[in-house]
This record gives sequence, C-alpha cells and structure tokens, in this order.
Amino acid sequence: MQNAECKVQSVEQSEGQIPLAVRFQAPTASRSARSRSVMQLAICTLHFALCTVLFPFSAHAQSTRDTISALQPKVVKIFGAGGIKSLAAHGTGFFVSKEGHIATIWSHVLDADLVTVVLSDGRRFTARVLGAEPQLALAVLKLNGAEGVEFPYFNPDEAISAGTGTRVLGFSNMFNVAAGDEPVSVVHGVIAAKTVIEARRGVFDSPYSGPVFVVDGVTNNSGAAGGVLTTRDGLLLGMIGLELRNAKSNTWMNYAIPVNELASPIQQIISGKFERKKDPHEDEPSLKPRRYKPLDFGFLLVPDVVERTPAFIDSIQGDSAAAKVGLRSDDLVLFVNDELIQSCRALHEAIGRLESGDQLRLVVRRGNELVNVEMPVPKKKE
Amino acid sequence: MIGQRKVAKGKRGGVLCFGCLCLLATSLTAAEPQVREAELKRVEVIEKVAPTVVAVFAKGGAGGGSGVLISKEGFALTNFHVVTGLGPFMKCGLNDGVLYDAVLVGIDPTGDVALVKLLGRDDFPVATLGDSDKLEIGDWTYVMGNPFLLATDFQPTVTYGIVSGTHRYQPPAGTWLEYTDCIQVDTSINPGNSGGPLFSSAGELVGINGRGSFEKRGRVNSGAGYAISINQIKFFHDQLKAGRVVDHATLGATVTTEADGAVVVNGILETSDVYRRGLRSGDELVSFAGRPVRSVNQFKNILGIYPKDWMLPIVFRHEGERREIHARLRGLHAKTELMPGPRPQPKPRQPMPKKDKDGKPEKTPDLPQAPPSDPHAEAKKTAIPEQWKNWFVAKPGFANYRFNQLEQDRVFVSLKGLGDFASATGSWRLSGQSMAGDKFELTLAAKGVGLEIRDGAFFQQLEDTDPADEPQGTGGFLIAAHQLRLLLQAGAKGFTECHYFGSEPLDGRGELADVIVTTLGAIETRWFFSRASGLLLGLDSRLLEDAEPCQIRFDGWNDFSGRRLPATWRVTSADKEFATLKVEKAEVAGKK
Repeated sequence: MQNAECKVQSVEQSEGQIPLAVRFQAPTASRSARSRSVMQLAICTLHFALCTVLFPFSAHAQSTRDTISALQPKVVKIFGAGGIKSLAAHGTGFFVSKEGHIATIWSHVLDADLVTVVLSDGRRFTARVLGAEPQLALAVLKLNGAEGVEFPYFNPDEAISAGTGTRVLGFSNMFNVAAGDEPVSVVHGVIAAKTVIEARRGVFDSPYSGPVFVVDGVTNNSGAAGGVLTTRDGLLLGMIGLELRNAKSNTWMNYAIPVNELASPIQQIISGKFERKKDPHEDEPSLKPRRYKPLDFGFLLVPDVVERTPAFIDSIQGDSAAAKVGLRSDDLVLFVNDELIQSCRALHEAIGRLESGDQLRLVVRRGNELVNVEMPVPKKKE
Repeated sequence: MIGQRKVAKGKRGGVLCFGCLCLLATSLTAAEPQVREAELKRVEVIEKVAPTVVAVFAKGGAGGGSGVLISKEGFALTNFHVVTGLGPFMKCGLNDGVLYDAVLVGIDPTGDVALVKLLGRDDFPVATLGDSDKLEIGDWTYVMGNPFLLATDFQPTVTYGIVSGTHRYQPPAGTWLEYTDCIQVDTSINPGNSGGPLFSSAGELVGINGRGSFEKRGRVNSGAGYAISINQIKFFHDQLKAGRVVDHATLGATVTTEADGAVVVNGILETSDVYRRGLRSGDELVSFAGRPVRSVNQFKNILGIYPKDWMLPIVFRHEGERREIHARLRGLHAKTELMPGPRPQPKPRQPMPKKDKDGKPEKTPDLPQAPPSDPHAEAKKTAIPEQWKNWFVAKPGFANYRFNQLEQDRVFVSLKGLGDFASATGSWRLSGQSMAGDKFELTLAAKGVGLEIRDGAFFQQLEDTDPADEPQGTGGFLIAAHQLRLLLQAGAKGFTECHYFGSEPLDGRGELADVIVTTLGAIETRWFFSRASGLLLGLDSRLLEDAEPCQIRFDGWNDFSGRRLPATWRVTSADKEFATLKVEKAEVAGKK
C-alpha cells in the first residue's frame, strides 16, 4: 500500500471519522456521567464507522445506480495532444458551471490549440484553455459554441471534505475505455488516508504537492486525471490527479486533490480575476534545512531527463570554487567523497548531505583520464 | 453516509458535534442489522454459486484459468484463450475437491469463448444465467475463479466490485478476441481469472471474465476488467454445444460516420444479402437488430455479438425512404481462417508473453491480454484418457465433431416419427390448390422433379443437368423440394455433408429454431426445426453460394396413408411469394 509510505501530516481536528476515534479516547480518562454517555455514543459511532468501511450496504446498490447516473453527465472526456508512447491523448474533466466551464488537470493533453470535449451522451465540442494554475495542477476550459446550452455541473464551492473510511466513487475516462458515445468509467473505493503527497512523475517531482485523498481503489490510470472523486452518495470531494509514483516506495498512487483547494482559483479563472499566487515557499521561511546544490560550488549538471542521467557537468561559473580547482564542462562525476555516483540525482543527494565545514572531494572522468579535485564546503547562505 | 457527512461538516465546536453524534446514534441502531443482513446475503450468494466455479488446469499444472458450469451434464463456459493449446482433454477442479476430466466441446476464437464438458457425473451444480442487459453502472458484482492459479484445492477466489461501464468495446488482436458489448468492472480480475464467471449481486451468471486494461502497473488488476456478456454467449451457446468452431457476423458493408452524426454505408459487397435486399452505398443505417445505430463504434458493438449466418432486422434510409429488411449476415472470417494450420500472425496490440529460452511463450496463468497467435496452434499431443475417448471425434472445421453428431441425432429423431420414407423410392405426387385458387401437382421422383401450376409446367432433371432456378424467380423451388425428398428418405446420408448449425430466430423475427445445414454439390440447404415440437418448420435452399435462396415454410403436417407430409407450403424468394400450396392429396410410391 503506497499510502502507508505517505507522510501523514497532522490530521485536522473534527474532520471525518478519525477525530471521532480520537474524541472517544478523551472521556475514558474522566468518569463523569456526561463523558460516559459521550463514550457510549462514540463507541457506537466508531462501530458504525467500521461497519461502513467493512460492509457496504446492499441497499446502496440501488442508490449508487441513481447517484452514478445523475453524476455522469457532469463528467466529460477530453481529447488533445499526446498519443506518443506512454503519453495518452485523452483525459477527463468535469463541468463547474452551467455555461460550459470545465475543470481538469493541467497536463500535456491540453498542449494543443484546441482540445475536443465529448459529453457522456456523445455530443462533441471544442474547448480552449481559459486559465491554469500549474501549482495546483489545475486548468479550466471553456466550451466553444455552447452559448445558450445549459450543462449539468458540480459546484466547486459545495465540495466537501471527508475522512478516512469514507466510501467513494471515482469517475474518469481511464484507458479511454469509454471511447464511444458512452459515459465514463466508474470505480469504487474507500478513502485510505488524507495526507500530503510526496510523489514523482518519472524523474521529476510531482507538480502538485499538497493535501490529497488517498484511495484504496484503482482510481488513477492513464487518462483518469481530471476526473472526479465523490462520496458514494454523490457529493464532490476531489479531482483525480495525474499518475504518480510514491517517491519512497516507487508504487503507483491512487489519489485525488481536494476540490476545496481548487474552488477559489476555479471561480477566479471563470470570472477572469485570477492572479497566480506566489509560491507560498517564496515568502515563508522554509522549514526544511537548506541543502547544498552543485551551484553552491559553481557548477551545473546536464538536465536530468531520464531515470539515471549520468552526472555530466554542463557548465562552470567563472570565478567559482569549481573553476578554481579546474573542473570543466563534460567532466563526468564518478565519486563524491568516495561514494559512487551513478546519476545526476545521486550527485544532488550526495551534495545535499554535506554540511558547512566539510570537504567536497570529487573524482571526475575527463576523456580517458581520472581527475581528483577537492574544495571546501562554503558557509550556508541563509 | 449522512451521518458521516454531518460529522465532516461539524467543525463548529463541541455542541454541534455532540448533536451530530446523537443523530448518528439514532441512525446506528437501524443500520446495524441492515449491515449484518447484507453481509449474510453475500455469504449466502457465494456459498450458492461457488460449487459451479471451475478451476481449469493444463496438463501437468502448466497454466490454466477458470470456468463456470452451466448444465448438470457438465457443460462449462471458459475463455477460448484458456483452452488454446490444451488439446481436446483437460483437467477441471470444483470446490468439492474433485479433479474431473474434461473434454473440449466448441470454440469461439473471435468472441474468446469456449465450451467444455466435465465428465463423470450427470448432476453437476449449475449457475443460473442472468440477463446481462439489465446490469447498470454501479451494480455490485462477484468475480470468482482461479487468479494466479491459487486454487490448488479448487476453492475459488472471490472478489467484489461494481460495474464501471456497460456495452463497452475492446478491440481485437488482429481479428481474434474482440470484446464487443462487454461489461467493464472494477472487481479485481487478475491472470488466471480468465474464463471464470462474473456474477450479479443476486448470484446470476452475467458474464465471462477475460480481459483487463494493463499498462504500467504490470499484469495485475488495474481497476478495469472486462467480461463477455452472457447475452452474447446465449446466441452462440447452441453452436458451441454442437462442437463447432463458430464465427461472428459481418454486414457485408462498411460504414462511416458523417459530419452530422449519421452512420452511412460507404462500401458494400454486391454478393451480400444486404445488397440483394436493397442496401446501397450512401444509405443511412437507422437501427440494427432492434437497437438504434448512433455511431460506427456503437454499430460495431452491436454487430459483434451476433453469429455468422443469422438473419437479423435492419432499418435504413435509402434516398430519404425508410426501409426495413431482414438479411442473413456473412462471416467475419473465411472458412479456411477458422481451420487449423499456419496463417499470417495477427499483429498483437499488447506485448506478447515473455518467451523462454526455446522461444516458446512462457506458460503463466492464462492472461486476459495474451492474444493467442493462432487459435489452433500447438495443440499438444496429449494421450486421450481411455475411458473418455468416445467423447472426442476430430473433424476439420469442428472443435469436437462428437457433439455435432449428438445434436444431429437429437434433431433427426423427429423425422423418424413421420413414417417410412426410406422405402419410398418411387415417385411422390402431391396435389391440391394454391391459396390463389390454382390447382397444382408436384411430382418428386428419383430422376426429376416436375410442377404443374396455373397454366405452366416446370421440370428439373436431376441427372446430367445443372440445377436451375426453376420455376424462374423462385430460387430453385424444384431443387428445394427435391432436398426435402432426400432428407425424408435418407436423413443426413442423403447429402454430401450435413451438420447441426445451432439455433437461430426463424426468419430473423420468429421463435428460436434448431438449424441443420446440408450440402449436395453446390446446393446448400438450411433446415429449421421447431425446438418445442421437433417438427420441420421449413427450409432455405440455394443453388449457389451468394444466390438468392428458395424459402419454403410449412404450416401443419397431415397424414397421407401412414406418412406425414407438410400440409401447407409457402414458397418465397427474394421477399416475393411464388405460391402457397395446400396439399390435399399425396401419393408416395414404394419401389417400382
């Protein structure tokens, strides 16, 4: 389970069912009559929560049918750029206004002049990107030629949050199974965790890092991103994210970005008042300790494009430590402080572990020659 | 769920939370028995259907899959790709812990279905067939079977999930293993589940699991599994049970979607039945087999579930005029393609299974996406178990001809009750009046057939002459009548070739009828028998391939001196009636 590896940040109080379990522990300490009754209720509630997780009601079969048929017209299939290798040319989106605004994931599929949007009943429209917030992996599209047509939509302001154990449905055009005039695929699951993702996409970090719902069902497949996650009774929870691997376990993640996080940028993009927020990390002092980068020593590596990009030096800054010890571009770094370096990433990690006052010893290959260099680690810039 | 939501929204402090808890508590007492009931119901359903689930094993345990019993005689459905290469005999385990011998009965390489028969009992547990068209997205389903070949004790693995999509299309590998109008589920389907049952929440068999969408997560469940609908399999069931290698239908025309969304014919075979019934390039398809046609994909989806040679209703618009026809559909494959032997390999869409060092595919549990390169490839020479060897008869074009013989015997029983025609080698003289009031006399003799009706006289010599369309425009009524004489006299032996086809709706709209196909030289005749009474309902006889057949439909059988013959003959060809003959008198002579 990838979520086991996810870094779980502190759970918000009074949200979902976990807090109920938390609250249940407090009264056990005191013995007042009121706390006893609270405890009983809490036990019942906990029991209820467990039952809900473990034994879905059969009565839900009927209402799930109705929920699904009511929601499917709000979910659309998006066709755009891609179609090469593992880059799918299809994606998913959902209506967020009756005028035909669609929220979807910010991805390569939108990297086309016009994208095609196909509704659950087969109606086709072209659409253009109205605005995007790459930090939230969000894009908002507007259908062309849809004046006067009303569409069924999700109101992003009505999105709710839900805790671990909530039973959910995922709607998406995964694998482009719904290629014809047909509604998208629906899968079921349970929220396994509400956490902050630490994930990567290929060798790159995930564009989105923030709170997510992690689901125990397989919601995130190719083309599923931009789909919706709802509760079993149809309330909007999240937007299904891009296919990502957990940064630690390397397993595929099934998650959705809470629409709560997206609601105000969606409305701002629609109303044309959207201003990209600054990276919150730009203002706040970073909680993470500052780590050394190759640039602190005056060299840059080649772009990290594949899983194991060899650690070639791309360029040297004039008048830097690297220039002084004679490093050159096209040198291949083989060892950092006696540690074998097999990729750009390994080099970044090794340099990141240095502390002020350490020595940086490099072994580089230049042509057929091995060259040793050494330089002191400078004092950290705050 | 309501309770949960209240809690989720209850951020406003303790009092509100407490209120929510009270709310929850009230809903709780009601919910709990319901939850327990739902659980018990699932346990009950699983217990009921688990005995019908089959674990299929290749000889020596090298690979296998799943299956499901559909008759107490032991007929079980599985995937074609599960039985490929296993040879005519295999081993099947049930959850009673017994490993049964099983024999291959029929295969559908296009639809990825195979029928096998478990041997040794006549009281096997049976799954109830459901109606897969009634499934809706969100319905709960059970998948049972043998994923990863875990069922070494033959106890099926159970997974539970929802219907993710209905009437889905999954493209073929080449022209084989095309999943049309199939059911998409998020119920876990893994390698080894192939051929196993998809049960509805009520425990009815609604599909046969066979594929999944596997991409970067490897060959394990990725939330999208596909099952062949049981309704499609019902159409093919009688053909499979007859030991045949069956084929799916094609229209004989290609279609394209116009800008306005209309589905329009853009190419048509002039030898096809739809062409003879008036369909032309540029015509718009309105409906097919009773379902409206909305797009090319959707049309392919509907077409794909029907067997070759079925007659189905088609509605189209020709120059603005709406027309409804019933046309007999062609096969997707040439006959030779369905016969064993090497042929060009279809290019698989998915990566082929890993090869071992001898270059043979590594045998793993049968995988939904491992397309067999050749449906008849490398049938291993396994020793046929001595006690079961009479269950298999090899014949080109059949998966197991033994089962076709059994079906022919079953259908031909009714002919025996009609009287002694074997000795009636002399001429047969049938006379009476047509519905139009014309007197007629039909003479059937060994050397020729003659008909006098109205003022005309028609004759067909049977020796040293080519069969002709006589009377003209009837599709060869005299030859067709002669076929009836041959059938009554000698049964299957009266023809060069005879096989049981399966069942089809009579004339594309009537009751399901048993169909026997006979050939004599170039003359092919389809005989329709009532499944209720066993009586012969009629025949379609054509002089040449792709020629318009002569269609005769019988109404009532009368006794003429100890021999029963059809009382009323309605003779049509190309949708035009030639005559309806009412036989009043019949003289059937013995040896001269």
